[in-house]
Amino acid sequence: MIEIKNIAKTFHKGTINENRVINDLSLRIEDGDFVTVIGGNGAGKSTLLNLLAGSLEVDEGHIYIGEKEVTKMKENKRAKYIARVFQDPQSGTCKDLTIAENMSIAQRRGKVRSLKKGIYREEKAVYKEKLKELNLGLENRLEAKVGLLSGGQRQAVTLLMATLVKPELLLLDEHTAALDPKTAKTVLDLTNKIVKENRLTTIMITHNLKDAIAMGNRLIMMNHGRIVYDVRGEAKQKLEVKDLLRLYDQEDAGLSDVMLFG
Amino acid sequence: MTSILISALSQGMLWAIMAIGIHITYRILNISDLTSESAFALGGAVVATAIVLGIDPILATVLATISGGLAGFVTGFLHTKLHIPSLLAGILSMTGLYSVNLRIMGKANIPLNMSDTILTKLSDLLGMARDRDAAILLGVIVAVIVIVLLIWFFNTEFGFSIVATGSNDQMIRANGVNSDLTIMAGLMLSNALIALSGALVSQYNGYADVGQGIGAIVVGLASVIIGEVIFKNKNFFITLVGIVFGSIIYRLIVALVINLDFISANDMRLFTAIIVAIAISLTTFKKPRKVKSHD
Ligand SMILES: Nc1ncnc2c1ncn2[C@@H]1O[C@H](COP(=O)(O)OP(=O)(O)OP(=O)(O)O)[C@@H](O)[C@H]1O
Ligand SMILES: [Mg+2]
Repeated sequence: MIEIKNIAKTFHKGTINENRVINDLSLRIEDGDFVTVIGGNGAGKSTLLNLLAGSLEVDEGHIYIGEKEVTKMKENKRAKYIARVFQDPQSGTCKDLTIAENMSIAQRRGKVRSLKKGIYREEKAVYKEKLKELNLGLENRLEAKVGLLSGGQRQAVTLLMATLVKPELLLLDEHTAALDPKTAKTVLDLTNKIVKENRLTTIMITHNLKDAIAMGNRLIMMNHGRIVYDVRGEAKQKLEVKDLLRLYDQEDAGLSDVMLFG
Repeated sequence: MTSILISALSQGMLWAIMAIGIHITYRILNISDLTSESAFALGGAVVATAIVLGIDPILATVLATISGGLAGFVTGFLHTKLHIPSLLAGILSMTGLYSVNLRIMGKANIPLNMSDTILTKLSDLLGMARDRDAAILLGVIVAVIVIVLLIWFFNTEFGFSIVATGSNDQMIRANGVNSDLTIMAGLMLSNALIALSGALVSQYNGYADVGQGIGAIVVGLASVIIGEVIFKNKNFFITLVGIVFGSIIYRLIVALVINLDFISANDMRLFTAIIVAIAISLTTFKKPRKVKSHD
């Protein structure tokens, strides 16, 4: 279970650029939940994930993973519990290391790095099997530098890496936005498969409303750093894109009110 | 002519260790670390002071190497803990170290020609007539040890983390590694090697001078680039060997250019700077690591 209690985040506090991006936000996610997150540009979605992962520190509030409070825990310590795939395919892998070496780094997520060998032969056999499941032919390119792969291939490898060691929480931030439609579908199918097989608790940000409805068991919409809509189960299954579009419109209307009176 | 060749060979071998240090920061960590300039002189300062105090030259060389590691630690601390951009952190270390070096030496120059050095020891041991011949051998021995150790190190879990930090620190943190630690380790390793090189060069020259590191980075970069141009292979072993060759070739070029009538030794730095500028603009050189922004 992931519990977020009344968190807030303001950028450039006390300056003319002060920007309250997360606003007294609370959210509780049960084990095995797959939450899709939608909302307009600048709604605070990525910031929420950064706060969860510890790349940013909250100003107020608390974050728990299971029973454990992680509010003040450093990003690299939190990585023991959290795996991420970023929007930019370059971000999730190291281009100067081989596919196998990248996977070996992910295999040790949350562990102390020692002066032991960075990768063993037996590991490579395991990685080869895992890569085979991607059906991208990467199982024969274990020793290729990741920098040589396409964006889609890199994203698929990153996804695989994120789940080599089962995380308590998987964070996906528009992880198919930079891919062509066909590759995006491949990576999304792969996401569904990996999340289901491992019963991963997952948060996925997307601007694709169809995907947001089709994937996962819960959908939330953010606006101005708040959760403005939260639907799950059957009600979510029944949603249609036009329902969500109407919500965007309503929120826009709300936005103009705020601007008028604020 | 042979004496020019031998001199270029021995100088090139000893300076190669410095170039390998530069490679670690510039190429692997993606940091332009100016600490190197003073770390090279620091190595000379420590080794000369220690030898004059009667410490065994081998131990003195080890002490010099450690001192370089400490210099790297200071830069790493300034950068990762005090959030000073890496370039500026290096400049601060470099500037501060100049005074430290003078403090250690007590004067700007310490002659070593009356003392036992690693080179005199080695040439005595092998019954060689000139210390210069021993220098080539010493250079080869040290280079082999350094290359073997580096290949082992960069194939460990921690070594992978350092490489990954250099090309994508976001990724390595997301995988649970403290990137402050890996940056620190890389800077320490680099400057330890640079100080080691400084210590060897001082013993070869027969003196330590507080100014001996000036321009070292550019010389190191020149060696790294020459190495990359002749050995295009991306394999780490080849890269390191290429740097050693690069360093020797650089010395040969210097020897040839200095023999030209219209160029004096004083012009060498300008010459090297121009060569490096041209080479960097021609090769597809990676951009140095972006300065971290801290809000
Ligand atoms: N590190 C930062 N420093 C300063 N401001 C930031 C930072 N990160 C985000 N912001 C600001 O916070 C606001 C919310 O950004 P965020 O990236 O969370 O939005 P988002 O919902 O992910 O939008 P998008 O759909 O465009 O990705 C924006 O106004 C952005 O400029
Ligand atoms: Mg975003």
